[in-house]
Amino acid sequence: MIKGNFIDNLPRVYGIYTGGFIGFIIIMAIAEQMGMSAKAIGIAFVAFTVFIYALIGYLSRTAQADAYYVAGRQVPTVFNGMATAADWMSGASFVAMAGGIYFKGYGYMALLVGWTGGYVLVASLLAPYLRKFGCYTVPDFIGTRYGGNLARFSAVVVLTVASFTYVTAQINATGTIASVALDIPFQYAVYIGLISILLCSMLGGMRGVTWTQVAQYIVLIIAYLLPVFWISNKIGAGFFPHFMLADEVARIAELEQQYGFVKNSAADLANVPKGLAGITKAHSAVNATPWAFISLALAMMMGTASLPHVMMRYFTTPSVKAARKSVGWSLFFIFLLYSSAPMLATLSKLSLIDPNLPTGIIGKTFAEVEAIDWYQNWNQANLLFISDFNGNGTVELNEFFMGGKAVVLATPEIAGLPYVISGLVAAGGMAAAMSTADGLILAIANAISHDVYYKIIDPKAETAKRLLVARVLLVVIGFAGATIAAMEIQGILGSVIWAFDFAMSGLFFPLVLGVWWKRANRQGAIAGMLGGLIAGAWYLVWVRTGGSGFLGITQLTFGIFGSAVSLVLMVVVSLMTAEPDKATQKMVDEVRVPSGKTILGKSH
Amino acid sequence: MSNQQKHWEKTRSLLFITLAIWFVFSIGIFLFGAEMNEVTGPFGYPWTYWFTCQGSLGAFVILIFWFANRQEKIDEEFGFSEREDD
Repeated sequence: MIKGNFIDNLPRVYGIYTGGFIGFIIIMAIAEQMGMSAKAIGIAFVAFTVFIYALIGYLSRTAQADAYYVAGRQVPTVFNGMATAADWMSGASFVAMAGGIYFKGYGYMALLVGWTGGYVLVASLLAPYLRKFGCYTVPDFIGTRYGGNLARFSAVVVLTVASFTYVTAQINATGTIASVALDIPFQYAVYIGLISILLCSMLGGMRGVTWTQVAQYIVLIIAYLLPVFWISNKIGAGFFPHFMLADEVARIAELEQQYGFVKNSAADLANVPKGLAGITKAHSAVNATPWAFISLALAMMMGTASLPHVMMRYFTTPSVKAARKSVGWSLFFIFLLYSSAPMLATLSKLSLIDPNLPTGIIGKTFAEVEAIDWYQNWNQANLLFISDFNGNGTVELNEFFMGGKAVVLATPEIAGLPYVISGLVAAGGMAAAMSTADGLILAIANAISHDVYYKIIDPKAETAKRLLVARVLLVVIGFAGATIAAMEIQGILGSVIWAFDFAMSGLFFPLVLGVWWKRANRQGAIAGMLGGLIAGAWYLVWVRTGGSGFLGITQLTFGIFGSAVSLVLMVVVSLMTAEPDKATQKMVDEVRVPSGKTILGKSH
Repeated sequence: MSNQQKHWEKTRSLLFITLAIWFVFSIGIFLFGAEMNEVTGPFGYPWTYWFTCQGSLGAFVILIFWFANRQEKIDEEFGFSEREDD
């Protein structure tokens, strides 16, 4: 299937696939009407989609290095855009983002700006040049541009720290969804999630991951947009929510005014189950200082431009020109989901707090709310909770608590959509988490197999042996990630944000200056990578252990400090040591023009 | 100045313009978030709220495509664009 004219047939192949998936949704909807149980529908959705991904992974198997590492460099712009969007949008984007906006409003929406604006940096500063370079991995660029094993190895270290922080969160998310959908304990579900992830990537490497990610994007975007449009139409908010929710946003502000944000006592809050929160911040008002907003957005933007699993997607396009355009398509596909998240948060909040809507629970009596089916279901799942703090018998805004995931997972049911939509959402969340986990595990395994094993340890290794090492590493790293995920140390979103900070601390300036500053040399780059990473990590530990921090840099934005240290070290050390040799300078000149051969050969 | 130097000069100016526009939509406007939110903007949303939901995000998408087209023109002008069989 994936041979010869597969590339030419892509639109048709994925067109049929999309039609087939929609057909599957319709069949499930009919089955639901005929009495199929909610649980069976959930299992069917997750099992069916995961089976399709595994099939694509199997069909994309390869024994060639350039197919394994960069999908043969023949992925067309638009499809690479979809694959990048799936690679990018993690379980956190899918499940937790709308919830974050729901609870924290404006201050949280800095993430929306940061996670999109970063692509401008990717397109203008890095992606086309790294594509011209012809590298297989990000450390491959660092190692060749600056020369020497230590530079290469430092890049591998930064990459591993950042990507591994990120991947445990993704495996955690696949485990959470698999455990809910398949109704098995989390500790086992994590490994089922992991096996699904490995099925996509092990045989085909980057090629397998590319074509499954396209398939996963299609599932996740349908799963996100369909409920948003449906709910909006159902509650009469407008048939195209993105352009028509101004009245609803204003209505929420009016209700907030009317109810007021009553602060609960610590004793009352002690009764609220862990992980649930109440609405304590205004929905659309500006509730953060400019610096708090901007620093978070800036950290996420620079982190975006330093994360290897995103950058390596642009190594797979056929040309430099295509790499640039592809960044635009990536962001377009990401935009479709990100611009919908605030709309979902608005619809979700309004349907719960507006007493004029049939689903509104504020102002109802406790007995009434406790009798509602969906309240019972989600209360049992530990995502909804009410408690009569003031003893007056009616639910008030400060007496109603919800888990962040509930905004995406529970809103369809609350709004009265059929269960088939909830099954669809579970499949979407699974697709989002799997696609990101695949990209990340592959980035780590490729860096270690290509840069450490092949380039440093055994440069004479044959292709078969290299790919075997790459696959073994894939499994080992996957299991390590799953084992840590099973321990449930940190939340999904926190560790995702840390990954961005780690990446920007160690890699942003060494990558950017590698292209844009000819004078940057090996000593400077090594100092910048290791110094930045250590400085960032130190700041994180310092703030986490009670340090006060400075300049308003928090544990979520420590990359700003790390990358500043990295920049200073890199410039100072570079200027104090000899400039790069003529050959390196010529190489930088070559990278700066799209025409001509890549710096590294087709197979290297 | 050689052909390649001129090409790089132009590429660099394009970068600065791109980053300036990027700065406005990602950082500049949020310096005035509180003031701007008092005013009703597109589709009836408050301005700042709209920018965080749609405006800035959409601006980035358009900016990247605009940048890619401009850069292609620069590459063509100096004869550095890729041949189809590269």
